Amino acid sequence: MFKKILVALLTAVMVCGLLASCGGVTTQNNAMTADLLPRNEVEKFTVKDDFKIGVICLHDENSTYDLNFINGINSVKKTLGLKDEQVLIKTGIDEGPVCKTTADDLVSQGCKIVFADSFGHEAYMIEAAKAHPEVEFCHATGTKAHTEGLSNYHNAFASIYEGRYLAGIAAGLKLNEMIADGKITADKAVIGYVGAFPYAEVKSGLTSFFLGARSVCPTATMKVRYTGSWYDQAKEQESANALINNDKCVLISQHADSLGAPTACEMAKVPNISYNGSTYDAGPNTFIISSAINWAPYFAYIIKQVTDGKAIDTDWTGTIKTGSVVLTGINTNAAAKGTEEAIKKAIDDFKAGTLHVFDTSKFTVEGKKLESYLADVDDDGTFTGETEVVKDGYFHESEYRSAPYFDLTIDGIEHFLDESK
Amino acid sequence: MADTTKKKADKEPLFVVSKRAEMKFGKSLLVRVIAIAAALLVCGVLTLILTKNNPLTIFRTIVNGAVGNETRILETAYQTSILLIISVAVTPAFKMKFWNIGAEGQVIAGGLSTAVMMYYVGGTFAESFGNPLPAWAHTLLILIMTLTALLSGALWGVIPALFKSKWKTNETLFTLMMNYVAIQITEAVRVTINKGGSGKVDSSILVHGWFPKLFGKEYLLDIIIVLIITAIIYVYLKYSKHGYEISVVGESENTARYVGINVQKVIIRTMALSGAICGLAGLLIVGGASHSLDKNMAGGRGFTAIMVSWLSKFNPVVMIFSSLFLVFLQRGAKEVASAPGIGLNESFSEILTGILLFFIIGCEFFINYKVTFRKHTKEVTA
Repeated sequence: MFKKILVALLTAVMVCGLLASCGGVTTQNNAMTADLLPRNEVEKFTVKDDFKIGVICLHDENSTYDLNFINGINSVKKTLGLKDEQVLIKTGIDEGPVCKTTADDLVSQGCKIVFADSFGHEAYMIEAAKAHPEVEFCHATGTKAHTEGLSNYHNAFASIYEGRYLAGIAAGLKLNEMIADGKITADKAVIGYVGAFPYAEVKSGLTSFFLGARSVCPTATMKVRYTGSWYDQAKEQESANALINNDKCVLISQHADSLGAPTACEMAKVPNISYNGSTYDAGPNTFIISSAINWAPYFAYIIKQVTDGKAIDTDWTGTIKTGSVVLTGINTNAAAKGTEEAIKKAIDDFKAGTLHVFDTSKFTVEGKKLESYLADVDDDGTFTGETEVVKDGYFHESEYRSAPYFDLTIDGIEHFLDESK
Repeated sequence: MADTTKKKADKEPLFVVSKRAEMKFGKSLLVRVIAIAAALLVCGVLTLILTKNNPLTIFRTIVNGAVGNETRILETAYQTSILLIISVAVTPAFKMKFWNIGAEGQVIAGGLSTAVMMYYVGGTFAESFGNPLPAWAHTLLILIMTLTALLSGALWGVIPALFKSKWKTNETLFTLMMNYVAIQITEAVRVTINKGGSGKVDSSILVHGWFPKLFGKEYLLDIIIVLIITAIIYVYLKYSKHGYEISVVGESENTARYVGINVQKVIIRTMALSGAICGLAGLLIVGGASHSLDKNMAGGRGFTAIMVSWLSKFNPVVMIFSSLFLVFLQRGAKEVASAPGIGLNESFSEILTGILLFFIIGCEFFINYKVTFRKHTKEVTA
């Protein structure tokens, strides 16, 4: 009998201890400064009671990418006072025919707008748009709306290359700090980057990030490894470790959706610049800053247009001004001194229109300045360029369609393409 | 005296597991129903404790997610049919005790060659005969797709069978390795055709050779083909000479040899059949539904099918129900993960599916074996 009581007591102590330790983890978020480009609430307007929007997500909230969309729609839902049954979020929808059937399903439940968040959803969203002309279909990161000629199919993206550039400044300053502290020499300022697929959206992001870093640390170079998947925690972690150990990278950033890279960085004590939102919890000592697209303004915009009976833009590109490009604060545990001030200055330059990320005087391609480039803006399956995008001394990104089309490899960046191990 | 009886009782194990004679159908059905009820009960209690949701709401959501409206019924029927055809495909080999865990790769091989034909042959046809393809070219393309899918699936199955029958290699490892080969070839082809940012060649690129819709319904042709194949295999296994040979080889290779069955020939022939049907599944997935090339096209069904096949005791008709049950659960669980007002994610629905499977597979143990507990012997205290 005594033993039983003892066991029960010990168990109780253990459970209490566990609960207490769990409580402790989430409270210490005080190393973060205030958001540099905050997620502001959208403007309020009245929506009819029978309005419904369906949101199709590739993964669930464990993916930083999808979480970013879920947070976006939920904040709009809260501001506009929408009920649970007015916002239908479908998670774990593969980039295949199930996307079409899910869209059909959402339409049959009365959705006036169906939104999908992943690049590979596009073909199936277009099929759905053709099948349901009375419903609006909006697709993030897609490339085909402007050539498809459907009045109810739309693409959206944001000038996130500006956000990446700003985050890049934080990376460059951190490299400078390492050089000043004698931890590395100037020629060893190698950034590592974990990317999903070697195509325009990822290349545009990593190039703008690199240009931001090099704007303050001129000797910076970068090495990129691709995982061939949007969400593969093990592979992302493995790629980050390979960059750190084999390629001698001293700072890591990523464009893939799990916590693989931030976790690898925290374990190896290598600074990390994140994407899609703060990964402070996965790397309290190494996370520096994160840029993200805030989708709330776009959700509010499409809901407003449908409520007012107005057409939705075929291509919609959010900017810093629309509140679509956001930046977290900086983690004072990891960031270099002066980071906040440098980023604030660059934000002002972007707002004034004096700073262009892809300024052709700031980078070279195969040793030469870029004078002209035909980008693959019309996505017709041929993967050949047809639109001139270099004018007025800079590459005009996200102007001829919302999704990025900067797919050049600039000098100083090295890609490891043979990752299909 | 009291001491010795106590010792004797200690030596006797707590319980004894012994094989049962065949259980009556009615009784075994009852055991299964009880198992499912128990599983639902555990799921319900767990839901209540962990999520504070009403378990009835969860169950209603599961049913609603699987068969709530016409789109969902059709999707569930289609998913069931694909799982069913792969289960039917692996059955002849398993009945022969050939441990083929390469169905995944065989499906992918079939799907891959289908997609390649859709892209290259379909593209050439479109250039020569006009786009969209005239009806005869479309039919010819589908015939070519079918033929190549059957052949490549069969090839993927025959290679391990050849090695097994000639050199006694281990078929489990071999078929498993063939999966990875198929996946990597698919990736290589995918990268060649599509340089974009999704891990697949999608339906905007594979535009030729789509299966026709029957009565305006998607997937219906797939479903009908699967039912026909299921019926054929049922007859083949139960009534044909080949089917009999498979059973004999499965029971004992030596007996088979003794009665004059050419064991090597049976193994190779059966694996060719298994592989070809898997290849056909690949064709149905790519040509009949997804119109895309994706290394995850089989989606683990090559492995789930093994479970379906065993659970159904290699009976293709029973497999219809087993695969329907599994797909029903998966689709329902998916709905639980995203239904408004419940606020759960996919992990929880996977937990629920796991509990149900645990009970269902667990109950098979009680159907096949008898557990006898040690008789309670009263201790002599004096």
